[in-house]
Amino acid sequence: MAKYVVSPAKDIPPGGRKLVEVRGRPIVIFNLDGEYFGMLNRCPHQGGSLCNGQLVGLVQSTEPGEYHFSRQDEIVRCPWHGWEFDIRTGHSMCEPDRIQATRYNVGIEAGAAVTEGPYVAETFGVTVEESYVVIEI
Amino acid sequence: MTIAPPPTTGAIDCDIHPSVPSIEALLPYMADHWRDTIVQRGVHNLETIAYPKNAPLTARPDWRPAKGLPAADVVTIQAQALDPFATSIAICNCLYGVQLLMSEDIAAAFANAVNQWMAAEFLDRDPRLRASIVIPTQNTEMAVAEIERWADDKRFVSVLMLVMDENPLGRRLYWPIYAAAARHGLPICVHAGSAYKHPVTSVGWPSYYTEDYAAQSPAFHNMVSSFICEGVFAKYPDLTVVLAESGFTWLPAHLWRLTKFWRGLRAEIPWVDRPPTEIARDHFRLTLQPVDAPPTVSDFERLMEHMGSDEMLLFSTDYPHHQFDGNAVLPEGLSPTLARKIMVDNPKNTYPRLQ
Repeated sequence: MAKYVVSPAKDIPPGGRKLVEVRGRPIVIFNLDGEYFGMLNRCPHQGGSLCNGQLVGLVQSTEPGEYHFSRQDEIVRCPWHGWEFDIRTGHSMCEPDRIQATRYNVGIEAGAAVTEGPYVAETFGVTVEESYVVIEI
Repeated sequence: MTIAPPPTTGAIDCDIHPSVPSIEALLPYMADHWRDTIVQRGVHNLETIAYPKNAPLTARPDWRPAKGLPAADVVTIQAQALDPFATSIAICNCLYGVQLLMSEDIAAAFANAVNQWMAAEFLDRDPRLRASIVIPTQNTEMAVAEIERWADDKRFVSVLMLVMDENPLGRRLYWPIYAAAARHGLPICVHAGSAYKHPVTSVGWPSYYTEDYAAQSPAFHNMVSSFICEGVFAKYPDLTVVLAESGFTWLPAHLWRLTKFWRGLRAEIPWVDRPPTEIARDHFRLTLQPVDAPPTVSDFERLMEHMGSDEMLLFSTDYPHHQFDGNAVLPEGLSPTLARKIMVDNPKNTYPRLQ
């Protein structure tokens, strides 16, 4: 496993997302209220771009006619067929044990730490003053 | 030379159809007011277009009487439906025009008369016979009351509804019926047929009976979707629904389709929290006849794999309807194990009152 510096943290504000490429893989980074999550930008169904998906909340039910809404904007719906994925876990909402989006561990590192390595910054320079999104692959 | 017993010996036949011979047969089972009303108004037999008298499907030639309706008395049923197949039990689903009536009160009177007639003319006369409770779905409270009236009589083993009622059967207006059925250990038997409140196909009235009869299975598609999507089984997890005279070759493809679209639309019906295919395997059962048989035995085996369960099919002759000839009620290529499950084990596991 290597760690890759993929973006300045400020480029992905809360509620935002950004598509990056690491070792040829398209990966979408989501920021949920300051927490960052990475997901392969390819729906496990037919390969739709999850980066272009709508953010929605979680709708659950204990019985017909009861709707429990929570976790506003923490679920991404594939723009092609509407399959929903939990941004935090990659699990689908329809069949979470069987159908999952590929997720990656994402962290935030200070510029000072990043400049020392062992990180790999593929496409841009880093400065000590900023924080950076780091993906482990 | 000994003659081998029919391969159906001991089977439980989950769908046979006694005919109400005439409206006069029901009059003794009606309250004075309704008996007088029917006579005064000159109400004739409640005939529908479901099984036209001379249509080949309506009765097998050797089961067609010289006059009158087929399967209209217990002796005939014993001789034609029970003894030749050596069945141990047969469930009577009486297809009479009760569901078509526009008046809730008359529908309730007819439903009750049919059930009394069934008990007196059939159930009292042969211990092998069981029946489904006919209910007036025109009024849910009256339908529940009719279930309660018969719930203590264990010879009534299920509750009969038609696949095409006034509303899709999963709708909540019907739920008190399902609550009562679940409470008493009665599966709902959804039988082919229509209350004729709507055209018999979703694209309008067909011109020909061939279209009408073939269109029963699309109606079952819609009904299966309705039960699942409305959340009937989430609300009543103990409820079983038997699809009778529905055919079954269509089921896997419909469930593939429903499950596919559910994956993207699940948030609309969040109580459907597992694939419709799985829900269907747990809650739906289907009677054997008519077998919309594929061309070859190996095709049939493939179909059974697509069903994904060997517990869903229930033996039936669909007597007196003409679905097969002689005793060839079982499709070719059934393994003895599967045949045994279809004929005995699956029915027993489906109907709590047969255990």
